[in-house]
Amino acid sequence: MPEPSGPQPLRGIGVSRGVAGGPLMWVGAVPTLPPPAPVTDPSAEADRAVAALAEVVVELGRRADRAREQTVADVLRAQAMMADDPVLADTVREEVAAGRDAPHAIDTAFATYRTAFEAAGGYLAERVADLDDLRDRAVAVCLGLPMPGVPAPGHPYVLAARDLAPADTVDLDPEQVVALVTEVGGPTSHTAILARALGLPAVVGVAGLRELTEGDPVLVDGGSGLVEIGPDAAALAARRSVAATTAAGATGSGPGRTSDGHPVALLANVGSAREVPGGDDAEGVGLFRTELLFLDRTREPDVDEQAAAYGKVFARMDGRRVVIRTLDAGADKPLPFLRQPEEPNPALGVRGLRVARRQPAVLRTQLAAIARAAADTGADVWVMAPMVATRAEAADFAEAVRAAGLPKAGVMIEVPAAALRAGQLLEVVDFLSIGTNDLSQYTFAADRQCADLAELLDPWQPALLQLIAGAAAAGRSAGKPVGVCGEAAADPLLAPVLAGLGVTSLSMSGPALSWVRAALAEHTFADCERLAKLALDADDARHARALAGNA
Amino acid sequence: MPTRTVTVGSASGLHARPAALFVAAATAQPVRVTIRVGDKRPVPANSMLSVLSLGAKRGTEVVIEAEGEGAEAALDTLADLLVRDLDAEEQADA
Repeated sequence: MPEPSGPQPLRGIGVSRGVAGGPLMWVGAVPTLPPPAPVTDPSAEADRAVAALAEVVVELGRRADRAREQTVADVLRAQAMMADDPVLADTVREEVAAGRDAPHAIDTAFATYRTAFEAAGGYLAERVADLDDLRDRAVAVCLGLPMPGVPAPGHPYVLAARDLAPADTVDLDPEQVVALVTEVGGPTSHTAILARALGLPAVVGVAGLRELTEGDPVLVDGGSGLVEIGPDAAALAARRSVAATTAAGATGSGPGRTSDGHPVALLANVGSAREVPGGDDAEGVGLFRTELLFLDRTREPDVDEQAAAYGKVFARMDGRRVVIRTLDAGADKPLPFLRQPEEPNPALGVRGLRVARRQPAVLRTQLAAIARAAADTGADVWVMAPMVATRAEAADFAEAVRAAGLPKAGVMIEVPAAALRAGQLLEVVDFLSIGTNDLSQYTFAADRQCADLAELLDPWQPALLQLIAGAAAAGRSAGKPVGVCGEAAADPLLAPVLAGLGVTSLSMSGPALSWVRAALAEHTFADCERLAKLALDADDARHARALAGNA
Repeated sequence: MPTRTVTVGSASGLHARPAALFVAAATAQPVRVTIRVGDKRPVPANSMLSVLSLGAKRGTEVVIEAEGEGAEAALDTLADLLVRDLDAEEQADA
């Protein structure tokens, strides 16, 4: 049969399985100001500038209407009010009257406020980024460019970018974005992590992507790494059926185990009841983050409110295990009601369990609420603390948990000190959960936000795997569970390695469960142990991944 | 000119949600209202950027001013909004 004629497919690295197609749309780049242009009709030019601001207001309002989180909607509405400011519009008109073209008039008008906000410090200084975003959006409209950030055309599309930054993806709508493709990036890039978390097919490192035009129909295969251009309906249907077969093979449910029956519990990471996977896809919740309830609150939610929120998640798990983490906040994740002073080095500051040193009542209230919700729902509730470094901290926490009437206390392993002393920690707690993102950050002294250091934060780094192995071995000696929650647990290639290191559970975002379950079922436990040894002995992360992938 | 001196009651100050509510209410008034902190320059109360720039915190005294028909009523409405803790009311709503 002759091949259908059409452009050659583009090739990249498939990082999140599945197949999806749609028109390609680019993430809007931040516009650069063109050289100043002479203004011939100041009145029309001023209208153009003010109309651009109005379009930004409309666009932000549209996004606010669609936002699922009330907090996000409030932030977008507040930003829209800044763009809608009558004084700003007057300033823009004055700047045009003084001879500036529309983009420069907008830039100058915002610059005044920018300086004032920066000089004020504190809350206002943090709003400078909002001003810059508004300016960029209005300038883009003036120049006839798409607004910066993720498009929201109101229909499904394939999102294309050079690489996706965390900021691009805050309000990415999985109902509109059907697949992700990027020019750069590897299996651990932000795009890959995000795609797996959202269950979207993704291909990264696609050479030639830039030559595609906005609106080109493309078909993205996150398994093979192919991006086909202009697929006709028949090809699309055929590919979908292949994908459906593959997906069916991977979406078996039931407990996680290796092909010879060694159990590795598959658990879900959730932040609210909405994220709890349906059916029996997850054996329980391995990480219930409680921060969501506290965000943007200027007063602490009381026991009743907290108990109601926790109870919703517990009830959805029908008696299965729920590992709930006490408030992970602090200088690096500021919560207004804690009123913490600024710290020179927030990642190394009073965060996680350390907040209880200054404000023990917050932890006590939270534990009381958890205990009440557990009693009301009959769920199997385990409680763990973030950011524990010493046995004394773990012992104090366990005592507080038991004093609240809760049966199971555990701690997160997020700093090397805790990993190295896992055996001592297990003398005072019932279980450990390894948070690989923070553990990488502290092990390699590499900030999680620092793109230049991304390779140090690769969960395949042998030093990180060695710390995980040590903690898992301590668990085995003590006969107590040691799980991994965090991005590493969602990587289907890494899951058998973690199982082989002795980890007893893997906790991840819901959509990743089926792939990890399938990956475990492809190996015997002896295979897993062999892969783990290869990865531990590797020279670096790249080498570890290659060895495990080809073994 | 009719004025009111009011102490800001919102926990987060005249920022974020309290500022948005105040500016929206000022915009809805039939008269032009200004707001200032101490003897600094008064700014239009319907300008979000200007109101934010005041940097008013909880406990900051602000002066609102308006003239014309309905000025007294407008100032009463806005003063009432400023003294309340709008952050706490957000909690009550949630």
